Amino acid sequence: MNESKTDFGPGLGEVFGPSHADGGPDLVQLLTPEGERVEHPDFSFDLDDEAIKGLYRDMFLSRRIDTEATALQRHGELGIWAQMLGQEAAQIGSGRALRPQDFVFPTYREHGVAYCRDVDPLRLLGLFRGVDQGGWDPNENNFGLYTIVIGAQTLHAVGYAMGLQRDGVVGTGDSDRDAAVVAYFGDGASSQGDVNEAFIFAASYNSPVVFFCQNNQWAISEPIERQSRIPLYQRALGFGFPGVRVDGNDVLACYAVTQAALKRAHEGSGPTLVEAYTYRMGAHTTTDDPTRYRLSSDLERWKLKDPIARVKVYLTRNGIVDQHFFAELDDEAEKLGEHLRAGCKALPEPNILDIFDHVYAEQTDELAIQQAGYAAYLDTFEGSPAGGGH
Amino acid sequence: MAKITLAKGLNAGLRAAMEADPKVLIMGEDVGKLGGVFRITDGLQKDFGEERVIDTPLAESGILGTAVGLAMRGYRPVCEIQFDGFVYPAYDQIVSQVAKIHFRSQGKLKMPIVIRIPFGGGIGAVEHHSESPEAQFAHTPGLKVVACSNPVDGYWMIQQAIKCDDPVVFLEPKRQYHADKAELDESATPAPLFTSRVLREGTDVTLLTYGPMVKTCMRSAEAAAGEGKSIEVIDMRTLSPLDMGPVHESVRKTGRVVIAHEAHINLGMGSEIAARISEECFYSLEAPVIRVGSFDTPYPPSRIEEEYLPDLERVLDAVDRSLAF
Repeated sequence: MNESKTDFGPGLGEVFGPSHADGGPDLVQLLTPEGERVEHPDFSFDLDDEAIKGLYRDMFLSRRIDTEATALQRHGELGIWAQMLGQEAAQIGSGRALRPQDFVFPTYREHGVAYCRDVDPLRLLGLFRGVDQGGWDPNENNFGLYTIVIGAQTLHAVGYAMGLQRDGVVGTGDSDRDAAVVAYFGDGASSQGDVNEAFIFAASYNSPVVFFCQNNQWAISEPIERQSRIPLYQRALGFGFPGVRVDGNDVLACYAVTQAALKRAHEGSGPTLVEAYTYRMGAHTTTDDPTRYRLSSDLERWKLKDPIARVKVYLTRNGIVDQHFFAELDDEAEKLGEHLRAGCKALPEPNILDIFDHVYAEQTDELAIQQAGYAAYLDTFEGSPAGGGH
Repeated sequence: MAKITLAKGLNAGLRAAMEADPKVLIMGEDVGKLGGVFRITDGLQKDFGEERVIDTPLAESGILGTAVGLAMRGYRPVCEIQFDGFVYPAYDQIVSQVAKIHFRSQGKLKMPIVIRIPFGGGIGAVEHHSESPEAQFAHTPGLKVVACSNPVDGYWMIQQAIKCDDPVVFLEPKRQYHADKAELDESATPAPLFTSRVLREGTDVTLLTYGPMVKTCMRSAEAAAGEGKSIEVIDMRTLSPLDMGPVHESVRKTGRVVIAHEAHINLGMGSEIAARISEECFYSLEAPVIRVGSFDTPYPPSRIEEEYLPDLERVLDAVDRSLAF
């Protein structure tokens, strides 16, 4: 697919150059797909092997969340699920670079970042099961609600960052105090007006935002070359702030680059665009069929760059872990799976009479009347579960 | 007591709100040094600084989208949309985000955002500067929509809207900005924000209106009085939620209703108000509820806008038709 020419314009190789398939010459990489650590002149991973074990664990468990949820959808327990498969390094690497006081504005696919923010993965299922529209308190975990309108949350992120500036928690020099915001979005969103407006507002006010774009190559069926005629990270230059392309399947590089971008934000140096160059190994959602629009050879090529496999190679080849480590992790993943399976079915069903309660902070008489009217209507049905109970 | 225009009333109200609460921010295009194209925010940036009176890039979705984030951080943004016809680039953020976040978060996130929109025609402007989009927002659950009609209401209502924990679309009749003056008593206690108000009592016909048409309707009532017709005029003030109590009471008395607004008639506020009246006051009605509004066409070139907009004669014609039924 990459090399083929479409009827409507040049192919990917012609747009981005022949090295595009590997991310191009500017790709920041610190751990190769073969599990070799490499140096980069501008970015380094400064934590020890123990931390790498932790990142492996995070990726492994968040993949389990994703596969478990996909299975739950297949069993009819979820209406739909947006798979993260293949994007674990981008999400865990960036998510673990966050400080507690930083705030995240996610899309609907940030299951790995949610995991890093200690959001119970069970909470993520509510939206997809249709029992709520976001079951966590954004202010508890500094993790915003999943946003479905593509790119809308990037503006919310900039606004929140403007708030941080007004609260005097940017550039104080106190690393426990300085805060920033990470706005997650994808390659498709980069075409949205809101994302471009977010870039402009953040640049204009020098706001502490990291724009973290997971370029997974596909916006449902539309390939990246339909969205952009230059590599996405290069767009940042036109808005007046730096852009970096990082190997989105390299958790060490994603951590290091996000950490550097967050540092810039914390110290008051303004926004950064991070393009995590990755691949959506699964479908857009469980209702999608990628075999209609992309080649299986593409997927096979990206499987060789799997974000988790390369860390496993690194850990085992260097004798950092033994089989005991992996066995324990398997046990942990099993428990997590059980938590999701049992918990999903136990999620409370929404009640129609509750939908009136939070339309407004200050309830209107009109809604109170509608609510009471519907309750009274239900009461006219003998034996109605709502009858008499409200 | 000082006599002030609507523009001054709004300006003084914004100033009072900013003095009362340091979390109140003003944001929009040209709201800073220029004081807004209508000068509603005149002098506020000078006194409250650029951090609180924020000149934004020229992007309405950006203004509302960043206001959402500021609200999440505990601020109370007051967003100025320069002209009614320019609100549509922000429509997605208003309808899909601002209006729904409180619901989506089950009350965990409040959206105390005020969206100020100068609305209505009559100023000889070019296209997109004279529209009345209120029904589009009143139709959206999660938003509250109010329209002020006079300087004193401007002063109080903007402060009340800013204090409200829900998003409020705040409509300002732009052709009234610098028109009439009224005496402002800052020590008075204002009526609650989401209430309608009887401006003139009468017994023959109930005339419902809001925003720029209030003045037209008051003149119509006066003219009708000269012909021996007693018109009760109600300024609806709040369009979502509607405050129908005083309306129903009036209709039970008069049995006849005319609703006048600048917006298009089809699915305008008048349609909803008429439906509610028919549900609540069916046996009191002596005539069908009559709506007076703009034709269901796009806003015309300004040379013919005075003919396009409902005026005193068209309101009186409706009153006569109601009485003749």
